[in-house]
Amino acid sequence: MAGGYKYFEKIEKNAVLLGVGIAVMVSLGGLAEVTPLFMRAQAVEAPAHIKPYDPLRLIGKDIYVRDGCYLCHTQMIRAQRFEVQRYGPYSTAEESVYDRPHQWGSKRTGPDLARVGGKYSDEWHRLHLLDPRQVVPESNMPAYRWLAERRLDAADVQARMRVLQFLGDPYTDEEIAAAPDALEGHTEMDALIAYLQGLGTTRPPAGASEVVGSGQ
Amino acid sequence: MYRNTYNDQIVRLFLLSAAAWGVIGMSIGVFAAAQLAWPVLNTDIPWLSFSRIRPAHTFGVIFAFGGSALMGTCYYVVQRTGHVRLAFEKLATFTYWGWQFACLLAIVTVPLGFTQSKEYAEPEWPIDILIAVVWVSFGIVFFGTLARRRIQHIYVANWYYGAFIIAVGLLHIVNNLVVPVSLTKSYPIYSGVVDAMVQWWYGHNAVAFFLTAGFLGMMYYFVPRQAQQPLWSYRFSIVNFWALISIYMWAGSHHLLYTALPDWVQSVGMAFSLVLLMPSWGSAANGLLTFNGSWDKVRVDPAAKFMVVALVFYAASTFEGSMMAIKSVNSLSHYTDWTVAHVHSGSIGWVAMITIGSLYAMAPRALGRPAMHSKAGMEVHFWLHTGGLLLYVVSMWVAGVTEGVMWRATNPDGSLVHSFIASLEAVKPLYMIRFLGGLMVVSGMVVMAWNLWHTAADARAKLIVPVPIPVPEPIAHQMPAPLPAAS
Repeated sequence: MAGGYKYFEKIEKNAVLLGVGIAVMVSLGGLAEVTPLFMRAQAVEAPAHIKPYDPLRLIGKDIYVRDGCYLCHTQMIRAQRFEVQRYGPYSTAEESVYDRPHQWGSKRTGPDLARVGGKYSDEWHRLHLLDPRQVVPESNMPAYRWLAERRLDAADVQARMRVLQFLGDPYTDEEIAAAPDALEGHTEMDALIAYLQGLGTTRPPAGASEVVGSGQ
Repeated sequence: MYRNTYNDQIVRLFLLSAAAWGVIGMSIGVFAAAQLAWPVLNTDIPWLSFSRIRPAHTFGVIFAFGGSALMGTCYYVVQRTGHVRLAFEKLATFTYWGWQFACLLAIVTVPLGFTQSKEYAEPEWPIDILIAVVWVSFGIVFFGTLARRRIQHIYVANWYYGAFIIAVGLLHIVNNLVVPVSLTKSYPIYSGVVDAMVQWWYGHNAVAFFLTAGFLGMMYYFVPRQAQQPLWSYRFSIVNFWALISIYMWAGSHHLLYTALPDWVQSVGMAFSLVLLMPSWGSAANGLLTFNGSWDKVRVDPAAKFMVVALVFYAASTFEGSMMAIKSVNSLSHYTDWTVAHVHSGSIGWVAMITIGSLYAMAPRALGRPAMHSKAGMEVHFWLHTGGLLLYVVSMWVAGVTEGVMWRATNPDGSLVHSFIASLEAVKPLYMIRFLGGLMVVSGMVVMAWNLWHTAADARAKLIVPVPIPVPEPIAHQMPAPLPAAS
């Protein structure tokens, strides 16, 4: 074989060279793809019409995460004709700028929820979460009856908001101080419905499609 | 005197845990599959609803079952190919208990609602820290053993195990960077599009390095061992190694085609996914061609059967994966059950079958027996597993294509033909067939657990004699020097 093999043989007989070689090779792809996005996300300010979640919706989002809704529902309308027809304008990057973690999802056992806000009444959502088949007989969604029975714990919402503030989400100290009052008397069901009703309602103003990575 | 034998105690522990986790993780999956077919199985118990237990299924099969099998075979292979006893044995014992504890915690806490909602990285930060500590220890034991080896050349299986350990450590830490709110809740430092990219860089490469590189390490040792033939081409395996580990890392963005991810990242992901087919098929071909000259093993040896079908499914699912990464195909397949079919053709077909084949090859040797307790049991397992696999994968393929086609069907006037719920109704019978397929696979795993339990009779009675390490011929310039005589 070609004489160059003797150099390669060195790696095959040296555990340190092998380890270093692996570490370098596996790092390239991630660095090339993630770093530019990360730098850009740091540089770009969130548009003014996109606001961080108010306390009730924030808790609703955390319930959505806790109960694994993302396993059957996406929140990402792809830039495809039939998607836009079914669910509304395609999702843009700025719409999920306050989603920690993102809830784009990977599987639709149920429909996409990126723009479900305002499509149904609060009462519809309540009935649907209590017993999905009462509203949609063919549905295979689990019932989430326990949500209606659980009062919100107002104690830790401030801790949550403070962490988000630390991470750069623009909550003011006054908003954090007032947060427990906003949750007063609400159940987990109320919070989740508030979150769902807010989804996709902050539409970018017309002509503002020049955002990070529209799919078209 | 003590140092002249292999440490197979740790291998036995991982082996039996893998069998137990396999049954547990897959049973959770079968229950989840039943809930999708018969939603009445979702009761008022929150931690038993579909959306809470699905991550317990994925974590259970990938990290508890797959992880235990990988760590056990890794410890077995690195000792055999280096002619050396495991380094840092106390640390190795810690990796066993630490890993089992982390898996147990994850499978219990995620259904209780303590989740980061990042697919395949659901457990909250305290468990992530435990996993990171165990992982670093695992790396120290592996590379420490490699450093003490008495065979100069590092056999290719160890390359794959090494890449698996380094890359998974890197992925796990970067993807789980969070700021805690409490012991059970945290927020990631990334948000929105960056979080999505980091998550699928992780998610895709967990497949690449946990479910592919690690199991290829298993394959490169146990396939030649079971075929009783040298590897078809050693140099080809090295070429495929570097190609595989460097290309895989670029392909993660194919999980986000047509989303709000910048277009250039999508296109790069798609292009690298297509290139990825070459090293994938290279490894599959290398494994299959190793059976050249001993294909009769497939008739007489159930372990070889598992390995051959595993390699065929590795080739099939990597081809499928590259095709699904093409934007226009992905436009139909994404979000549907086709993804589920693809994942399970890779996991039940490739990962589980190469694991089962390797466990059947390794178990008698590690348990001090001439053969498995019951050959008929292995045969029954093979047919249950293969039958279940086909039922599962074919039903989900049909379901996925059905959904994809129905979601995009358009009337002549431009309106959509089907409501969303119509597509769910169309695939419901297929969900029942999938449940049946899963049930068969789990039944096979129960047969394997029973078989291993009986094969382990000597081990349980503590009758096992440790396997001595062959003493190599002394070579003057060998590095590192041969071990000194026992003191």
